[in-house]
Parts: sequence; structure tokens; C-alpha cells
Amino acid sequence: MECQFALTGKGYVIVASDTTAARSIVKMKDDEDKIKTLGPHMLMSYSGEPGDTVQFAEYIERNLRLHQIRYHHPLRPSSAASWIRRQLADSLRSRSPYAVNLLVGGYDIATSEPHLYWIDYLGTMAHIPFAAQGYGSYFALSLLDRYHNPEASLEEGLETLRRCISEVEKRLIVGLGKFKVKVVDRNGTREIEL
Amino acid sequence: MEAISHAGTVLGVLAKDGVVLAAEKKVTGKLLDLSGAKEGGYGGSGEKIFLLNSNVISGVAGITADANSLVNYARTAAQRHLFSYDEDIPVEQLAQRLCDLKQGYTQYGGLRPFGVSLLYAGYDVHYQFQLYHSDPSGNYSGWKATCIGANNGTAQSLLKQEYKDDISVEDAIGLAVRVMGKTMDSTTLGSEKLEFAVLTLDKSTKQPHARIYKPAEVDALLAEHGLGKKEEDAEMKAA
Repeated sequence: MECQFALTGKGYVIVASDTTAARSIVKMKDDEDKIKTLGPHMLMSYSGEPGDTVQFAEYIERNLRLHQIRYHHPLRPSSAASWIRRQLADSLRSRSPYAVNLLVGGYDIATSEPHLYWIDYLGTMAHIPFAAQGYGSYFALSLLDRYHNPEASLEEGLETLRRCISEVEKRLIVGLGKFKVKVVDRNGTREIEL
Repeated sequence: MEAISHAGTVLGVLAKDGVVLAAEKKVTGKLLDLSGAKEGGYGGSGEKIFLLNSNVISGVAGITADANSLVNYARTAAQRHLFSYDEDIPVEQLAQRLCDLKQGYTQYGGLRPFGVSLLYAGYDVHYQFQLYHSDPSGNYSGWKATCIGANNGTAQSLLKQEYKDDISVEDAIGLAVRVMGKTMDSTTLGSEKLEFAVLTLDKSTKQPHARIYKPAEVDALLAEHGLGKKEEDAEMKAA
């Protein structure tokens, strides 16, 4: 039932996720933060098997922080995404694989470009301009196909995101409530009120 | 350390658009089979200068067998990084990996350390062109120009006098060739005794490009800088 979107624009990546934590018919929490900050210019949203999600996300976050401390520079989005994908791919053929799906968005300082990666629990990775994980993808991808503009300003990008979210609100049988939206650009990461 | 101070000189010079490595070969002679060096894919005779990865070349001084082992380790480490991170290993990280290995041999196991000093010349997106030197203790540092092996003191002071920040790679090549000429044992420079390599950025692809000179190219380079061997017939004719 979890729903996450991400899209790139001119010099930024927007990552948005629902904030519901539920088990069976009970909604336990409506302000859960499912987007981790992996570095000064990188965000990762996660969804999937409860428990696996936070465990894996924290493992990634802590390892990337260690890398930054050891080598004095953070990993670039493409290298970080490759490393994360490798972790999931190795996990797949272990005794109990992590069942976690991710959207990794980052701003590459070296080339001044935004990058977005869709990674699933099998270790599939796609480098794409916009993405969605969960049931939300059934409603949002066609809208993004039609309205996404890779050179859009932040306001235009947020407008496109609003379209996706209202479509999900309208058509998904389960009400997901508020969405948490974060942006990463040359100046770093920050949260945005839609 | 003793073996290194008797080994063939290797010097490196950092330029703003490239890095240059020059090395004196000690294993020479008429009977030596150099046909591999003339056509070989990655260049070099396999004695002093090696390609570690598409973005890093290395010059070695010391016990050759130890050097070969370290070069192999470095190549594997670079590929392991490429496997996990889908990117060329940053130069300093490669130097660190080798140094961690070398340090281990000074502390654990009761084994003898690797009797090799290395110069690493490379490029990465984080710090662009870089030159590092590491020794058997596992210590490393970054340099603008440095020298290891025999006569490294003389070469180092020559480099200190003549090096200028922001030199171009062509000037760095000239500087390297001139300093080698002054420090090498032999009276004249030639491709049998000199190994030469340059790492630059390909203009169109913007990717690091390593070039280890083939013997014919070394001779051409020396002739260009007026330091090559003169034709013996020509000398006789002049006399």
C-alpha cells in the first residue's frame, strides 16, 4: 500500500513518499519519514517488508557516512546507487534476502547534474528521469510520461508531483493521507511543504 | 629501503592538464627480448611503469618480484572497486589500499615487508590529476613532483629548482626528460634504458587516457628534446 514518487528537474531531484505506517487494518502512524538522507546531496526513499526496510536503509546510510569520513568526499549518486544495488543483488542469493524497494535521488557536484535511480529488491536498477514505487506507480507513471519536463523549474516539478498525488488520492482504494516531500539540489537537501 | 636506493630512478611530475612518469631501466642488454614491449597492448616492458587502471599508472623502484605482486594487488583492488561502485577507483583510495596492505606486513605475521617504493600518477573527478608516493612502511603522500630510486636526492633538488605550478603537460614532459638526462648513470639516453608514460584527459570523451610510450616513441621524444643518441656514422663523417 506504500506509495513513492521521484522526478528530476533543472538542477534538482524531488523525492516524495506517503507517511502511513499500517499493519493489516490498523493505521498506527501518519507521520512516518520514509526518506533517508544519505549524504549532503543524496536522498533515498524505501518501501517493502516492514523491518527489512528500516534495517536496510540504516545499513546503507551508515555505510555511506563511513565512506565519507574515510575518504573525505561523499560518493557520487551513480557510484552510491551501484553500490546499493550490489548490496541488494548479493542479498538476493543469501539465506534471507532483503525485500526492500528504493528510489535514490542525488545531485552530482562534479558534473552539476541531478540523477535518479529506481532500485527494486531483486537488484534491478534503472537510471531514469522520473519514477514511482508501489501501487502509486499504476496511476502516476502515465501522468509523468505526459507532464514531466526534465528542464522544469522547481515550482513546475512540484506542480507535476501534485498531479500525481491527487490522482492517487482520488483512485487508490486506501487513503494515504499526507505525503512527505524532500528536494535535493546544489545547496543540499531540504523538506518542502506542498 | 636499501634495495630501493640502488634501484632504477623513477620520477613523476604533475601538470595542470596531465601527469608524467619517467623511469630508468636497469635490466638491459643486447640479448634481452623486447618484442613484447614494441607491440604490447598496455605498453611498457613490464619492468618499471605499469598500467594499474584506466585512470592510474604507476612507476616502481625496488625488488622487482615484490613490485609485480603489488601491481597485481593494485589491479585487483581497482577492479573490485569498479565492480561495486561502477566507477574508476579514486587515485588516493588506490594508494591507500596498497599502503594498508604494506603496513600489514610491518605489523602482523612476521613476514618481511615489500621492498618497493611506488609512484602513482592518476586522474579522478574529485581531485583531478594527482601524484602520490608510497614506501615499504605503508606511508604515502601527495606530490607535485618527486623522485624515487637511485640519485633521487639529486633529481629531487633539480625538480625543486625547475618546477613551476600550473605547468603544461608538454613542459612537464620536457622537465622530466631533462632531469632524467642529468641523473641517469649512462652517458646518453635511449629507449633501452628509459621508460616513459603520460596520463592526460582525452579531449573529446573527457576520460583519463594513459599512454606508456613504445621504444620507438621514446626515441622520438628524446630526439625532439635533443637528448637522443647521435648516429655513429654521422659522428664519424663529421670527424
